[in-house]
Amino acid sequence: MSNFNNRRYMGRRLTNAFTIGLSVVTVVFALTFLVWILWTLFSNGLSYLSMDVFTKNTPPPGNSGGLLNAITGSLYMVTVATLIGTPIGIMAGTYLAEFGKDGWLAPATRFINDILLSAPSIVIGLFVYEVAVHRIGHFSGWAGAIALSLIVLPVVVRTTENMLQLVPSNLREAASALGSPQWKVVTMVVYRAARAGMLTGLLLAVARISGETAPLLFTALNNQFFSADLNGPMASLAVVIFQFAMSPYEDWQHLAWAGALLITLFVLGLNILARFVFRPGPASN
Amino acid sequence: MSTQTLTPKLSTHDLNFYYGKFHALKNISLSIPSGKVTAFIGPSGCGKSTLLRTFNRMYELYPKLRAEGEIHLDGQNILDPSQDLNLLRARIGMVFQKPTPFPMSIYDNVAYGIKLYERLPKFEMDQRVEWALKKAALWNEVKDKLNQNGASLSGGQQQRLCIARGIAVKPDVLLLDEPCSALDPISTARIEELINELKSDYTIVIVTHNMQQAARVSDYTAYMYLGELIEYGDTDKIFTNPTRKETEDYITGKFG
Repeated sequence: MSNFNNRRYMGRRLTNAFTIGLSVVTVVFALTFLVWILWTLFSNGLSYLSMDVFTKNTPPPGNSGGLLNAITGSLYMVTVATLIGTPIGIMAGTYLAEFGKDGWLAPATRFINDILLSAPSIVIGLFVYEVAVHRIGHFSGWAGAIALSLIVLPVVVRTTENMLQLVPSNLREAASALGSPQWKVVTMVVYRAARAGMLTGLLLAVARISGETAPLLFTALNNQFFSADLNGPMASLAVVIFQFAMSPYEDWQHLAWAGALLITLFVLGLNILARFVFRPGPASN
Repeated sequence: MSTQTLTPKLSTHDLNFYYGKFHALKNISLSIPSGKVTAFIGPSGCGKSTLLRTFNRMYELYPKLRAEGEIHLDGQNILDPSQDLNLLRARIGMVFQKPTPFPMSIYDNVAYGIKLYERLPKFEMDQRVEWALKKAALWNEVKDKLNQNGASLSGGQQQRLCIARGIAVKPDVLLLDEPCSALDPISTARIEELINELKSDYTIVIVTHNMQQAARVSDYTAYMYLGELIEYGDTDKIFTNPTRKETEDYITGKFG
């Protein structure tokens, strides 16, 4: 092949240029919206992000106030949801990846988990409303946390299973060859090898629920006063943003912008942290 | 065969092995003498690794694999389901083709196996870890960085770390499954030296693709082909004056 100017080769170069061009266009398209969203949030929200936002509760219309009760409520419910969802999710994911090799239970669980993973969050909210709000008779922070934990759970199951499957099987063989029972192989060797990935999955799950609104509307409702009592209705950033942004009052709208910026910064921070944790390279102790 | 006259450490009797329906080992009967190095050679897919992995019942990690027949370790049939698998594996250490350091410190890598069976005070644990690392000829290279991750070592060092980890449990038998195939020639030479030093204390079985390696390190050699044991005997005899035509063809490079 001495003649590289033949038509076949030129055709290939053209296809190459075209495909790369198309990829660049789509990247720019996606990034445009991301930057646009961030720009809108910063330009509208930054000026309303004052100390009051963190120290005062949500005000009645026409008064000045902050988002303290909403921030606290969100932190409470997200924390409780994570604490409920994580251990169950990790154990279920471990079963899928390590123990359920044969039999029907693991494939069935995986299938149902995939459905739960893609279930609309409003459906989960309605479900928890029926089970934990309607029967008990009042809205509560607990119900909100349960709804959020049902969103965390499938994400953790999925990432745990995927990350454990990435661990090479010769590591398991090596640990078994020393005479480790399987549970020790998993907890002492395989978990360590998959730690960064599992942690990343968890952080992304937390990021996902911190902006969820629909499941909280039916469960935790809202609360215009400060409350640290999970047994009663609780405010949350997402629901407050929803309510305030729709209101005709300017003070409320400003607070909604500030809250939206706060959530975004939190999620952005978690994503950057996840990136940082999962950074490839020689694992250090 | 000359090996019959020595005390056998491990022996197989009409051993058959199946991957599902595939018949991978066919009526293997051989005995592996105590305190010697025995090599399994043969072309890829001949069953030499499969045979090695029956000795610690490694195949039980996977579904649909099964062994039939008997394997005796010091006269006891280890294929008997009543034999405790983990205690068996404590007596038979294994080193794999690719180095497999655990994602933990060098010290913890070696201590991992020990902790499965013994609760030692810190001082004795330190001593045991040092002993195993010295035995694996790695101590001088790692004594100042025992807290570093095992993965930070070079490939050859990682493989010696895996040997140290196996030795630390104080097994009788060491199974080496192509331990040098991922290593450079210098690291390979170090591992071979180490095998020579270790054979006074352990019965060693090594699977290798490299016939020169088998000739250098082993006392006895078994040649396998398509799941059958073709010839087994003194390494010198197998390599200089094999009885079977197939063996000769393989070691002279006419085939394989």
